[in-house]
Amino acid sequence: MVDRFIIDDRETPRFRVHRSSMVDPEVLARERAAIFDTCWLYVGHESEVASAHDFRTRRVGGRPVIMTRDAAGRVGVFVNSCPHRGMAVETRSEGNGRFLKCFYHGWSFDTAGNLVAIPDDEAYGANFDRQNMCLPRPPQVDSYRGFVFCNWSLDGPDLATYLGHSRTMIDLVADQSEEGMSVIGGTHLYSMRANWKLLVENSFDAYHAMTTHQRYIEMIKASGRDFSRRQQGPAAAGVARRGPLDLGNGHAVTGSVDTSGGEVMGALGRAFPDDETRVRHKARRARLIELYGEEWTNRMLGGRNHLIFPNLFIIDLVMGCTIRTFYPDEPDYMEITAWQLVPNGEDDRLRQLRMGNFLTFWGPAGLATPDDVEALERCQKGFAAHRAAPWNDLSRGMNGNPINSEAQMRVFWRRWNELMTGEALPPEPEVLFDPDRDGRRIAGMAAR
Amino acid sequence: MSAGSSGPAPAPETVLGAAVGRSAPELRAAVEEFLYHEADLLDSWRLDEWLALFTEECSYLIPATDRPDGDPLRDLFLVQDNRFLLEQRVESLMTKTAWAESPHSTTRRLIGNVRATNAGDGAVAVQANFIVTRARQSTVDTYPGHYEMLLEAGGPAGFRIRMRKAVLALEELRPHGRISIIL
Repeated sequence: MVDRFIIDDRETPRFRVHRSSMVDPEVLARERAAIFDTCWLYVGHESEVASAHDFRTRRVGGRPVIMTRDAAGRVGVFVNSCPHRGMAVETRSEGNGRFLKCFYHGWSFDTAGNLVAIPDDEAYGANFDRQNMCLPRPPQVDSYRGFVFCNWSLDGPDLATYLGHSRTMIDLVADQSEEGMSVIGGTHLYSMRANWKLLVENSFDAYHAMTTHQRYIEMIKASGRDFSRRQQGPAAAGVARRGPLDLGNGHAVTGSVDTSGGEVMGALGRAFPDDETRVRHKARRARLIELYGEEWTNRMLGGRNHLIFPNLFIIDLVMGCTIRTFYPDEPDYMEITAWQLVPNGEDDRLRQLRMGNFLTFWGPAGLATPDDVEALERCQKGFAAHRAAPWNDLSRGMNGNPINSEAQMRVFWRRWNELMTGEALPPEPEVLFDPDRDGRRIAGMAAR
Repeated sequence: MSAGSSGPAPAPETVLGAAVGRSAPELRAAVEEFLYHEADLLDSWRLDEWLALFTEECSYLIPATDRPDGDPLRDLFLVQDNRFLLEQRVESLMTKTAWAESPHSTTRRLIGNVRATNAGDGAVAVQANFIVTRARQSTVDTYPGHYEMLLEAGGPAGFRIRMRKAVLALEELRPHGRISIIL
């Protein structure tokens, strides 16, 4: 590996990342140990196992897990591997059943992970430790407002401490319905032939929107959305963009505050199809103001691209909210999974607008994501020449100009660098999250 | 239920008109001809002509790979286009800023196992299997699946498309990573 991955020069200013970090198999091996084995990783949303004995299987940090809701209503996360001989106990991606049965030798478990039956049990003898032959658990499991995480290490902070100010950003999503939030059916299961850190950068890269996503923006204009105010593109039309914020621990966010009084639906949403839909959106906004006050509501309806280090994004652009996570199988290949999160009890017309808006922007068959896939795969191709052309540049905004700043990416890279090399680079003080300025969820606010 | 196995063909005087009042084998042959024409338009990137095959009220759908029977009003899809969005999709694919398809990929479609039945209300229900290959920048991705379509008789090509759903026979879009072409 190279001696130095990051050049963080505050004088010039200039921030560079060495491209070998995107291609070197040794880097990926160290990432697995230093990042994916030590950080809290997203497992799923509690609404995905809404009923007793629901289960979902997936990979988290490259390992097979099973998320369940047990008979008592508790959400559990288990290693999807039989304690007997290791077989993945359940292979369906989702289902419901009181027992999880390993077909290899017939051991079965309840949805709380307890061993309930061993065929021909008597051959093990009285002293055999049946109590501890339950489905294995990741070393730590916890949740925050419906978002379930696990940690493959016992070291390090608890989830609440780990999330830090990211909790405020999760609150801004979780508060959007008095009846809670749910992940709907259907998952975007796709991939990119690119390094996973490229998708970290891309998932909150404001700078690329007007060039990479021209055709999406043309569609939004054709829908009747007015971007005529001569400012910085769509984000200016009724939505005030904020600069990036450093939430601590490598978490970061870019976002906006709704300044339109409910006249538009997010920075990148289509025009309302009719007045009735606009009226209903404003009615929803009025109810949120009743519950939370105008300032918090305007933040909620402004939207945000929120990274929870290392590989979870909750991207709420008001016209739709996606949960996206990804994991590298190879330096140049990642698997991506994305869900749609919606407010329960939402008005039918608003839901319809949300569903349509979501798909045309996000997703591997939308009018935006395929072009991101194309861009990142072409970056990866370019990195093959990293010895001749070794550096990526992420300096935008270091001079204090917040327009399309890349400070959020630098937050990620500094934390990545610290975990990979032990070198702690100081944060950029002007982008540090400040609850007095950047929003604070007031204790006692209505919440589910 | 396929037209070929459901007994007598619909009578010529049915509301379906000349194109669909044919005997079952004739109807299937006409639908096959239409599907081959459609596939040729797509493979040769004559997307404006392809778009002209659709009715004004139309839909183009691709369900999520883990919800092939998904409900467009409730579940996440991969594509859920109405006429406006389909026009936008087609128009954008013919510009150079549809970066994922600029330059256009090379595609080939094999259509088979075609079944066509009178669905009433002037419509023909079509089921057909497809395999679409997409070659670009040294990779070839393969998209297998089946179509569910609702056609109506009319237009220069013999039919117009009211609803066109492409259901992928894949568990996930890996390693494709995208559907940037029309499936």
